[in-house]
Amino acid sequence: MDIQQSIESLKNEMGRMRDERQNKLAMVVFSGDLDKLLAAFIIATGAASMDMEVVMFFTFWATPVLRDGKKKGKGKDLFGKMFGFMLPRGARKVKLSKMHMAGMGTSMLKSLMKKKNVASLDEMISLALEIGVKIYICEMTMSLMGFKPEEMIDYPGREFVGVAKFLQEAGDSKIQLFI
Amino acid sequence: MSDALKPDVTMDLKGLACPLPVIKVNQQIKKMQVGQILVAETTDPGAHADFPAWAKSTGNEIVNTEKKETSTMFYIKKLK
Repeated sequence: MDIQQSIESLKNEMGRMRDERQNKLAMVVFSGDLDKLLAAFIIATGAASMDMEVVMFFTFWATPVLRDGKKKGKGKDLFGKMFGFMLPRGARKVKLSKMHMAGMGTSMLKSLMKKKNVASLDEMISLALEIGVKIYICEMTMSLMGFKPEEMIDYPGREFVGVAKFLQEAGDSKIQLFI
Repeated sequence: MSDALKPDVTMDLKGLACPLPVIKVNQQIKKMQVGQILVAETTDPGAHADFPAWAKSTGNEIVNTEKKETSTMFYIKKLK
């Protein structure tokens, strides 16, 4: 292969590499802490507003945040019931990672947020969905913790997925985050 | 104020905190025509960095900023 050909094939290769990375943000949301979840949703909604495609994957401790406090899952075994009881029932029940202080710190922060017009986690979730952020839920966490689809918040495009779905989306995203 | 900067839509975003000003502006500009001017008034100190960054990423232009006593008016021209 002569030099000219090598350069040509390198150029093609680079072009392909560039094109494969889309203006997209793929985020693993792992934490169940209020502060980290707020950060995750601020970044997600911000990115969506900068015309990026945004996908969030909820796994482990972040999964119960998407429970609907008014709904109940049926037919759980003992461990499922235990997890269901011990983990927060939705976004309003989530605690701070620091300074929770038996609830005092978290409720203080919440009232401060209200005063300073910072959107609550609940509002951020609805806002994210409204502006087209895709939220996927980890199927393995659902079955491990015994959560049932009927106790989760419902929204168009809700899907229970595995790791391959995340990797596929992350693979062609410009930005990947783990929070 | 020159004629070119006549606002087509004015938004009052005073009091709103990050990331709401950027979200609201992006939602509004989508409904407008290319060449129109959106004026957003905000008290969010982060907006001075955020609006230009948002404009750069979305291909719009901040054509003017006007500082008032407690707020700032951003004149945004829709470019595409």
